[in-house]
Amino acid sequence: MNEEEIKNIIFQLLKKIAPDTEPSALQPDENIREVLNIDSFDSLQFIVSLNEKLGIEIPEEDYGKISTLKSLTSYLFKKLKS
Amino acid sequence: MTEFLMPSLGADMEDGTLVEWRKKIGDTVKRGDIIAEVETQKGLIEIELFDEGVIEKLLIKEGEKVPVGTPMALINPDGAGVETKKVTASKKKEVELHPIEEKAEPQVMEKLTKDIRIKATPIAKKIAEDKGIDLSQITGSGEKGAITKDDVENAIVQKGEISKTEKGEKPVEKLVEVEPEKTGTQPSEAELYKKEKQPVEVKKERSVNPAEVIRSAVAAAMSKSNREIPHYYLEKRIDMSKALAWMKETNRERPIQKRLLPAALFIKAVASSLDEVPELNAIWENGLQLKNEINIGFVISLRTGGIIVPAILQADAKSVDEIMDALNDVIPRARALKLRSSELSDSTITITNIGEGSADKVFGVIYPPQVAIVGFGNITEQAFAENGMLGIRPVVDVTLAGDHRATDGITGSRFLASLNKYLQNPESL
Repeated sequence: MNEEEIKNIIFQLLKKIAPDTEPSALQPDENIREVLNIDSFDSLQFIVSLNEKLGIEIPEEDYGKISTLKSLTSYLFKKLKS
Repeated sequence: MTEFLMPSLGADMEDGTLVEWRKKIGDTVKRGDIIAEVETQKGLIEIELFDEGVIEKLLIKEGEKVPVGTPMALINPDGAGVETKKVTASKKKEVELHPIEEKAEPQVMEKLTKDIRIKATPIAKKIAEDKGIDLSQITGSGEKGAITKDDVENAIVQKGEISKTEKGEKPVEKLVEVEPEKTGTQPSEAELYKKEKQPVEVKKERSVNPAEVIRSAVAAAMSKSNREIPHYYLEKRIDMSKALAWMKETNRERPIQKRLLPAALFIKAVASSLDEVPELNAIWENGLQLKNEINIGFVISLRTGGIIVPAILQADAKSVDEIMDALNDVIPRARALKLRSSELSDSTITITNIGEGSADKVFGVIYPPQVAIVGFGNITEQAFAENGMLGIRPVVDVTLAGDHRATDGITGSRFLASLNKYLQNPESL
């Protein structure tokens, strides 16, 4: 899976959680939760849905590494490769 | 015979529209069964039963809008199969007789009360009918309190409904998603009732923008609170390092689906503290009435604006895990405006948790008739002194707003001290 495909999955899942927003309009360095106004409950739902879709388990201590679109995409890309 | 009434799902609810009967005549029902779906200001609510028996009669039709307290169905408690051998025979006859009598009664009663109590000009009645406005909720400004055309129009404006005919403004979005889903999945039994004349009325109800309806429900409840409840406020800074360390530890061992959020700990700690300070788990209705069950209303903000407050029922009897499960279940349903009646009507106290990355403190407005609301701010790192040492700790500012008619600051203070104790000993929760 390439980064573009990962991004599309991210957009899809974010859209489900924040249907009133346009996740694909996110800038690479913007804070996803702040821009899309996602609270801690929805944030956890998003991480659960990423796990279900990609089989990647994101530990709590890594939450800080996945706050932007760019960092999240590359985090998932690396995890999928390994 | 037990009457099943349109329930009140909070101080701000005045009426509800029956969308669908989930039970039919002759069905045996028990406590907790969903008898109907009702459209309210808080969305489509599944209404639960508190009685047992057999449904004898459904008194209102799908699509009908009735005020809180209106009989909706008759339930024969003897039909539940509890020691009723001889009753069933004699009851049979009653079954034949009752429907005819009872059929007329509620309608006549309703019409009578309407005619007696509500004075309105013909044009006001006409507009109200067209717009689905309940005249019993309007105070008339005309002669001898009669409701005039202006009163109805004001009510329409207040209700956030745009007058299509007169203003010709942008069409209001309809909540039609509910409709096709329903008709697609429901068995024909319900269809029979539904299809006749009522859907028109339901449509009118739904033409109101749900965000605006929720806004006005919040407005009504909060205005009532501010008008009637003399609030007192207390605040306590609580060191969260032990609680967060405990949570981190337990989350590391859990699959993602089972991870906890601080909110679950907060709810459990509040429930445990209420066991020690029961005066705050109460309602104020002609005096203080303590409640046995601890049902914690949890404020959920809706993405479209407004809030909704479902209850975590019997939170003191639930483990932290069970509370988290309850949150996982109830939050998505609350956001979709699909809650059960007990979840909306039975809260005995409210928690508002402003959450990560937001304001440091929140001072709540009590949801009547409750007597307290607990506010959790954002957990932030702060300089925290303890035992003569200064350190950087994760800290949450917890506030309590109490009804001063019901309790005094000393009670609230005991509660916050107890809350602190539980959050310093998370493993005890």
